[in-house]
Amino acid sequence: MPEAYIYDHVRSPRGKGRPNGALHEVTPIELTTQVLQALRDRNELDTRLLDDVVLGCVTPVGEQGANIARVAAINAGYAQNVPGKQLNRFCASGLEAVNTAAAQVMSGMSDLVIGGGVECMSRVPMGADGGAWATDPWVAYHTYFAPQGIGADLIATKYGFSREDVDAYAVESQRRAAHAWKKGWFKHSVMPVKDSLGMTVLDHDEHMRPGTTMDDLATLKPAFVMPGEIGFDSVALQRYPEVERINHVHTGGNSSGIVDGAAGVLVGTKKIGRKLGIKPRARIVGFASIGSEPTIMLTGPAPSAQKALKRCRMSKKDIDLFELNEAFASVVLRFMQQLDLSHDQINVNGGAIAMGHPLGATGAMVLGTVLDELERRDRATALVNLCVGAGMGTATIIERI
Amino acid sequence: MFETIDYQKDAEGIVTLTIDLKDRSMNVLTPQFVSELSQAIEQVAADDAVKGAIITSGKDSFVAGADLKGLDALFVAVKDDVAEAFDKVRSFSLILRRMETCGKPFAAAINGTALGGGLEIALACHYRVAADNPKAVLGLPEVQVGLLPGAGGTQRLPRLIGLEASLPLMLQGKHVAPAKAAELGIVHKCVPAGEEVAAARAWLTASPDAEQPWDKKGFKVPGGAGAMHPKAVQTFMVGTAMLAKEARHNYPAPISIMASVFEGTIVPMDTALKIEARYFTKLLLDPVSHNMVRTLFVNKQKADKLAYRSADVPRLEVRKLGILGAGMMGAGIAYVSAMAGQQVVLLDTDQAAAEKGKGYSEGLLKKVVERGKMAQSKAADILARIHPTVSYDELEGCDLVIEAVFENREIKADVTAKAESQLGEQAIFASNTSTLPISGLAQASRRPERFIGLHFFSPVDKMPLVEVIVGEKTSEATIAQALDYVAAIRKTPIVVNDSRGFYTSRVFGTYTNEGAAMLAEGVNPALIENAAKFAGMPVGPLAVTDEVTLDLAWKVAVQTRKDMGEKYEPSVGEPVIRKFVEELDRKGKRFGKGFYDYPADAPKHLWPGLAEVYPHAEKQPDADEVAQRLLYIQALETARCLEEGVISRAEDGDIGSIFGWGFPPYTGGTLSFIDTIGIRKFVKECERLARRHGKRFRPSKWLKDRAKRGEPFHASGAKS
Repeated sequence: MPEAYIYDHVRSPRGKGRPNGALHEVTPIELTTQVLQALRDRNELDTRLLDDVVLGCVTPVGEQGANIARVAAINAGYAQNVPGKQLNRFCASGLEAVNTAAAQVMSGMSDLVIGGGVECMSRVPMGADGGAWATDPWVAYHTYFAPQGIGADLIATKYGFSREDVDAYAVESQRRAAHAWKKGWFKHSVMPVKDSLGMTVLDHDEHMRPGTTMDDLATLKPAFVMPGEIGFDSVALQRYPEVERINHVHTGGNSSGIVDGAAGVLVGTKKIGRKLGIKPRARIVGFASIGSEPTIMLTGPAPSAQKALKRCRMSKKDIDLFELNEAFASVVLRFMQQLDLSHDQINVNGGAIAMGHPLGATGAMVLGTVLDELERRDRATALVNLCVGAGMGTATIIERI
Repeated sequence: MFETIDYQKDAEGIVTLTIDLKDRSMNVLTPQFVSELSQAIEQVAADDAVKGAIITSGKDSFVAGADLKGLDALFVAVKDDVAEAFDKVRSFSLILRRMETCGKPFAAAINGTALGGGLEIALACHYRVAADNPKAVLGLPEVQVGLLPGAGGTQRLPRLIGLEASLPLMLQGKHVAPAKAAELGIVHKCVPAGEEVAAARAWLTASPDAEQPWDKKGFKVPGGAGAMHPKAVQTFMVGTAMLAKEARHNYPAPISIMASVFEGTIVPMDTALKIEARYFTKLLLDPVSHNMVRTLFVNKQKADKLAYRSADVPRLEVRKLGILGAGMMGAGIAYVSAMAGQQVVLLDTDQAAAEKGKGYSEGLLKKVVERGKMAQSKAADILARIHPTVSYDELEGCDLVIEAVFENREIKADVTAKAESQLGEQAIFASNTSTLPISGLAQASRRPERFIGLHFFSPVDKMPLVEVIVGEKTSEATIAQALDYVAAIRKTPIVVNDSRGFYTSRVFGTYTNEGAAMLAEGVNPALIENAAKFAGMPVGPLAVTDEVTLDLAWKVAVQTRKDMGEKYEPSVGEPVIRKFVEELDRKGKRFGKGFYDYPADAPKHLWPGLAEVYPHAEKQPDADEVAQRLLYIQALETARCLEEGVISRAEDGDIGSIFGWGFPPYTGGTLSFIDTIGIRKFVKECERLARRHGKRFRPSKWLKDRAKRGEPFHASGAKS
């Protein structure tokens, strides 16, 4: 079986996912196009050698619809023989796209594939694609649908994380992200977004609030009290009757930010690297996705990590750095509790609470972030994973070479 | 020509179909009527001389909906045949569809109440005019019997008035007045009563349209519908969460209504009606609707009409009522009795307490008046009927005296004697005791044959049940006339033979005891409470014990032990109650602490110390297991009550369980619950539970024999 190697990683900065966000004026296709062009130009790629462009996108409707991957490849001026496909593993789409790229390479049927993703949440709002789970009454009722914020709060309640715990985690995420930016640790992978005149629109993550304190966060109201009272708390408790009452601890301040962004990862065989004269940075050792209980929704990370480790015949001890998307603080805290990890081993440069979570792109972004950090620290292995909507988890293990 | 419809064609070619079922006070959907309506529609359609038709009623009301007794038979008839059930369900819907597509305009002249299928007939007409009849209401109440509006109601109403306005009407089954119906757009027009037929005729003779809006090209549901419409999507998402919170997955009707509306409003009408009929058929085949129809309607109506009252006894009209003790119960009884037009002497040991008891009615009436539900003058009249006093002399002339004093034998004996000294020979003396056997209390009476128990539930003004308790010497006439009083105050009676705890308190006690037992076993108390609630109990066993207070439960246990001596067997929950009262000084809600803490500024929550007193067992049961224990023990105890003759009819067991202590209505009551499970399976499960949890679950020989025979408690209710 051929091995899959990571040659490069590029991401856009993350713009606030609101009308006053810097990337709000940039179309999703343009954002994606610039990522693909950056990957091409940094590596002086002959795009005719690419076998596929696989992009995650969670709300693939309107201007993000109709297979944005193929159209972005055309728009980026890639050779016409490069196909594209869009996939949706909800929040792990960007990572799943890289895993799919790797799988194509490992199968021997592809030499060089781009995996990545895009989400312009300021322009195509979350939920704009509808979907049976939340909106088909029969389905929602019989599968105990509850929005993910309820699940995040349920995790906090069930596993004993207080408002102080989740806020403290968020403060640290902000501190780490600000520190990493200040030190220039993201510089290599973040590609400034340009306008049509070639002027920079955004070159840094805009969502961050460096210097956030516990007192700042304490002023924020819990975000999911209202949907809870409408009925979703009851729905969740009907699945988790051992919990007396859900303690709503998550706010905008300790949950991932809504942002715009795109990212791409160049994956290929060793041979193609030699042919192109580019150096592999890491090997994709293995990956796994799993389904978990959908109502609590966000407990997939640990089982997906364990499945990936098992398939790679590795254990937690073999991993130098963990990276788990900070969808909600409780998700990471629960993962740390389950795997018995210290905060020093995970999300060492902050995460989505500080920098934001552009749904379809985040998986590819965090993979790149941890790869950069492995190199900076000169460590070998990392496990990247994300909690996923409707109760799933996706994990990838990489190893530097 | 027809027996249920008067068919009149006039010179202008307008047919008037006047629905008038003989021997019925109201028009309901009988098979004969449905068949004749179909024939009448065909006749209108086929007659070239007919321009259009008016549908109206020959009664005060229009059509009151399904015939619930007929429905009861339908459940049995279609139980095992899905295809047949689907056809039966669809037939009426197809008739109405035929009416709206036959090419002739139909106008409904809704002269009075139109409910369920009655309103659905009107909705299928091309034009609707309602009489502004103050007694009339329009609505689709099918959800209350566990069904959905199955003759196009879930499709036509949203297409007329939009999702947001139509869903609550169907999900809650609420009625609206004719003027409100016009405002909502359910009917085109509301006219003064008596002018509705003329108004319908005017429409038919002007420029009638025989095509429904939803059959016209380009029709859109007002306000939007469909899986991609942002507002509709929000309505369904939020609406589903709200109903899941209420129905807790025990009642299939609300979600079926929601789903039928969601799916149906995306497709054309003919397909939509097929979808609706499928959901209706599923509900018809589900035991829940049958259980609800049987107990909540058919049997409750029987009980309300005193179906089993001895016919030989002259009816007693209580004109003057005495109440001893103006506490919570006495005050409540005073209110409902004064509301029923009775003069009420409300007696207590001091005038202030008696006045305070009257004050309770004053408060309730004030609220009713403020809500615009009653004129101030009427409220004043009602209040004037309550006479607070300390003097037994004022009891003179009472037809009935109800004592609601402290649960203490000596005090009760004392007030009985004092009251009886003022009463005529024919007066009835009733005790509102909830725990003390009536035959024992009757020993204090000079006329034990006129002594009876009337066990009210708190709060009296809200709780619909009265347990009528027959002592050893209580006469037939006393029973019958006590029933007359219960009917007069519009409560539902069940007749129960004297025994400790009677029926309701005895069975309810098994519920709270089982909860306490599980706590002691180390079951997570949140799980106990949630499992109970999610199984449909209104309040968890620990919370309700707190409500009635652990203190009271302990006092009853102590008293019972004293009364029974060596024969006393402590209940399974008693050690827990003793510990909380005697050792932990956590006596219940009234005392500020019990199984729960009651913080002043936050909702109550389970006392965190519970986990130290009863550490959680390592292996926790799942919620279904907890719910099974809590429901089974109540059903089993009810069966024992039937066996022992404490109750004499299964339907009383059902009614008492639902209306007395809130056993989940979807079950149809404790004995319908057994039938739904199947008596054989129920007995087998009880035996399993007995092996695991103790002999209180052991079924008696009587029940086992009954199971062997496969004999259900309700002929029509059983799983074979």
